[in-house]
Amino acid sequence: MNPFGIQEYPDYPISGAMRYEFSPYESNGGSIVGIAGDDFAVIAGDTRLSSGYNIHSSTQSKLFQLAPLTVLASTGCWCDTLSLIGLMKVRLQMYENTHLKVMTTDAVAQLLSITMYNRRFFPYYVSNILAGIDKEGKGVIYSYDPIGHCERTTYRAGGTAGPLLQPVLDSQIGFKNMDSTETQMPKLTKERAVSIASDTFISATERDIYTGDSVLINIITKDGVEVKQMKLRKD
Amino acid sequence: MFRNQYDSDVTVWSPQGRLHQVEYAMEAVKLGTATVGLKNSDFAVLVALCKPPSELSASQRKIIPIDDHLGISIAGITADARVLSKYLRSECLSYKHSYDANYPVSRLITNLGNKMQSTTQRYDRRPYGVGLLVAGYDEKGPHIYQVVPSANYYNCKAMSIGSRSQSARTYLERNLLKFNNCTKDEIICHGIKAIRGSLPNDEHTTKEESSFQMNIAVAIVGRNQPFKILSGEENSKYLEMIKDFETSEESPTADDGDDNRPRRDDLPDSSDPNVLVATMDRP
Repeated sequence: MNPFGIQEYPDYPISGAMRYEFSPYESNGGSIVGIAGDDFAVIAGDTRLSSGYNIHSSTQSKLFQLAPLTVLASTGCWCDTLSLIGLMKVRLQMYENTHLKVMTTDAVAQLLSITMYNRRFFPYYVSNILAGIDKEGKGVIYSYDPIGHCERTTYRAGGTAGPLLQPVLDSQIGFKNMDSTETQMPKLTKERAVSIASDTFISATERDIYTGDSVLINIITKDGVEVKQMKLRKD
Repeated sequence: MFRNQYDSDVTVWSPQGRLHQVEYAMEAVKLGTATVGLKNSDFAVLVALCKPPSELSASQRKIIPIDDHLGISIAGITADARVLSKYLRSECLSYKHSYDANYPVSRLITNLGNKMQSTTQRYDRRPYGVGLLVAGYDEKGPHIYQVVPSANYYNCKAMSIGSRSQSARTYLERNLLKFNNCTKDEIICHGIKAIRGSLPNDEHTTKEESSFQMNIAVAIVGRNQPFKILSGEENSKYLEMIKDFETSEESPTADDGDDNRPRRDDLPDSSDPNVLVATMDRP
């Protein structure tokens, strides 16, 4: 279809007529998981960047530390990710210059939401999860849709394997719709959160071609960010 | 300085070829409290006297961080300094976003000089009434720049501006040859000793260490050292260090005459400071 809506050629490819389709978006794959606890937040992302059936990089981190206690995981279209991260870093620095203090995680969450909505009619094709420690010292996860709708949750999975991982988190952390009583559910400790995050990635790698190579895990506490890396299947 | 008929507008030349308004603006710098900038081969240091105007108020912020690799200390009209620091910050941030690198210090200063020059040539604006000492570190090493209201800028090995800064300049001149080989701690001690001479007379004689400590601010930038203003405890540590060296060092107010001043042929080849026209840094 050309811009005038008049159909000169049919939609299927025919010999002799060249068709050029340009899409400004590309999915570069990858998955991210965020889990919040009482005084910690865990955020993990695989390190594979792909394009169709090709792999751009198997060692590209999707986690960006915006502030000492705030990490953003971003997946989807990589160019939009880089552009959004660049913009956020500038805005955070401007805030620090004028207010002489670092932005709180909740403020960063709101800023990210409005930054993304500013592009309502040509969205950033990214799936974001923001993890950090809020001003009361509690772990917190904010998840976003491509136009900036922001929701504070306890756990979230995003990216190409998001639909595969979210149910696993629902059952392991949310204990959704299970018969067990309150007392039987184990408390969410830092170690349990990290092991659930790693296990979900191992499962995602099995079934999602865009997820694999290795997973980087950031564990955020009031003392800072600890980084762990774990190998995944490379196929 | 006496009033004459050629000094009411910045756009009016005097018959002697001077712009009096610009020169009057330079006087504003001498009203601010003293500040010192000096460097060794790896670090650039700024020391400032931030005496509050009265006992009831807090002291002025004299040292302003601009970016990780650069900071300024001011003397003169603080409000003008705020505007300039906002501009410098915005330039550095924009450069970092576009090129993923720190703004080279000499280029940033040239940029600032150009911006300040336009205020000396328009009838509807006035020159910025503030002098800056810029301490920065980039690929070419540490830098100290002096920027004045006439929009001139000077690349310095060490400099002091503000009221009663002459004694600090004298100290810096006397000890200039030692600076390049100093350690980081020594260069900070030199900066603090230099500025001690600029204290008002009563504080000098009573030597109240605690009030002196509250009145100085020290900042450092350099190799593997982002721009940082030192905390109160770190300031005390250096003041202690100076007291230990006190007995062996000459005091800054001792009048040794010209014996200790370096002779002309001893000075290393200097194509800086006092550059009155913008030049590219020689590679």
